[in-house]
Amino acid sequence: MMMLLQAGAPAEMSAPDTVWMLIATALVLLMTPALGFFYGGLVRAKNALNTMMMSVAALGVAGIVWALLGYSLAFAEGSGFIGGTGYALLRGVGLETRGTIPHLLFMAYQGTFAIITAALISGAIVERKRFGPYLVFVALWTLGVYAPVAHWVWGGGWLGRLGVLDYAGGTVVHVNAGAAALIAAILIRPRKDYARQAILPHNVPYAILGAALLWFGWFGFNGGSALGVNRGAVLAFVNTMLAPAATLLAWMVIDLARTKRTTAVGAATGIVVGLVAITPAAGFVSPLAAMAIGALAALPSYFGILWRSRTRLDDSLDVVAAHGLGGATGALLTGVFATAAAGGTDGLLAGNPRQVLVQALGIAAAMLYSGVATALLLKIIGLAMPLRGLGRDEAIGMDITQHGEEAYTHGEGAVLVVQGTASETHP
Amino acid sequence: MKLIVAIVRPEQANEVLEALFRAEVRGLTVSRVQGHGGELERVETYRGTTVKMELQDKVRFEIGVSNHFVEPTVRAIMSSARTGEVGDGKIFVLPVERVHRIRTGEVDEGAVTPLLETGDSAE
Repeated sequence: MMMLLQAGAPAEMSAPDTVWMLIATALVLLMTPALGFFYGGLVRAKNALNTMMMSVAALGVAGIVWALLGYSLAFAEGSGFIGGTGYALLRGVGLETRGTIPHLLFMAYQGTFAIITAALISGAIVERKRFGPYLVFVALWTLGVYAPVAHWVWGGGWLGRLGVLDYAGGTVVHVNAGAAALIAAILIRPRKDYARQAILPHNVPYAILGAALLWFGWFGFNGGSALGVNRGAVLAFVNTMLAPAATLLAWMVIDLARTKRTTAVGAATGIVVGLVAITPAAGFVSPLAAMAIGALAALPSYFGILWRSRTRLDDSLDVVAAHGLGGATGALLTGVFATAAAGGTDGLLAGNPRQVLVQALGIAAAMLYSGVATALLLKIIGLAMPLRGLGRDEAIGMDITQHGEEAYTHGEGAVLVVQGTASETHP
Repeated sequence: MKLIVAIVRPEQANEVLEALFRAEVRGLTVSRVQGHGGELERVETYRGTTVKMELQDKVRFEIGVSNHFVEPTVRAIMSSARTGEVGDGKIFVLPVERVHRIRTGEVDEGAVTPLLETGDSAE
């Protein structure tokens, strides 16, 4: 999504570009339910539905607020900090072209990013946050945090003008969600069982299914960020295959060296970390550099997860380590490995050390803003309604207490309630 | 010897385990069961179908103990399983005719005495 063309640029609509972007939009949309499977597999059975619903619900909440207002705040003409209201309620967002694809399609594609970014945060607060306040948070966060940060980098805002390289959202999506996750985990406090008893994943095959579908969808996330069928799309697509492969390999090697066993949860996590790390670099680096980025990105996230689990920070599904650290590592390494020949700006290895500083500034700005704004939003929502359930509700499980459903019912002892009186008065 | 059978809430099961270990009760069997103890039915909805869950998930502990261990065991379960709401469960203390420890062939008191007290250092 670099080099965004301003709306109304007098280019012809390109049929191949439009076809690819239609497919890419569907691919990225699939990533959010995929994230639900990844997260859902990693929690306890009594919270499986609640955890998956946190991703599924974002499709509705973030998707709608994006179309109504969020898209405008991110991509309409405005200040360096935030876009205006020119596209609110999709005014002026129609089938005319933006770049070489219909403006409406561009809006939808960007919407899929807003949706998954909000859903990513849920991994830090699962198994305890009440569902109502979560929905309010997703709506406000999409408008108040995601839209401005997307504007800074991609919508003509100040970070983009400074030359920050972020191909598909290392900073906008992953650092942003990681910082929000850190603050949310601190403010919502640990689960009552955290560090008191072992909390184990209830369905590791779901986590693997989720990681696999995320990888599949990510081809649209990175490959689609070229906004058309061109060299950048192919490079980003191939790098999206190679970098996570390198991270997966590195993760398994570290696992082997530490414990003499490779783990399935580790493999699924490694894939996600590799996808996150290549996101900012995807269309800016050579395939060899992509593999290097993938392998290097395994280290901070792997040891970050090990360290985190010994602290009181109950970032339950390690959003900070996987997305915050992974995104920051990827964004910094973009400044190291990027080359003008591949499609970006020259980075450190091509003789431009300044790019690393620019990348670091982008990361710091996104972290700072996301952290502060997330804290404010949670405090405000917390005044209106309690953010977490009672300890007893948490013990029974969020599926039953928040949704009145169970993921794995057996049906024994379930008595049908016939609604209305008709069938009772006429036996 | 007695057999102590306790039916408790699944969400209290970990507390009960902790309390039993603190009371140095070592040998026990746990199973997931379903039952009804007079609590209000829970209502769940799946699409248009609303159901009352008449049976609640519970966890059953079975613990064979020697006589002087009965009171500490009951106290441990009682204090850890209680929430004060209907549905906290029951504790049954049953007489036991005979107990065999399969590995050694020990019978009765010897078979339910924790290994530490028998001086069996091989364990």
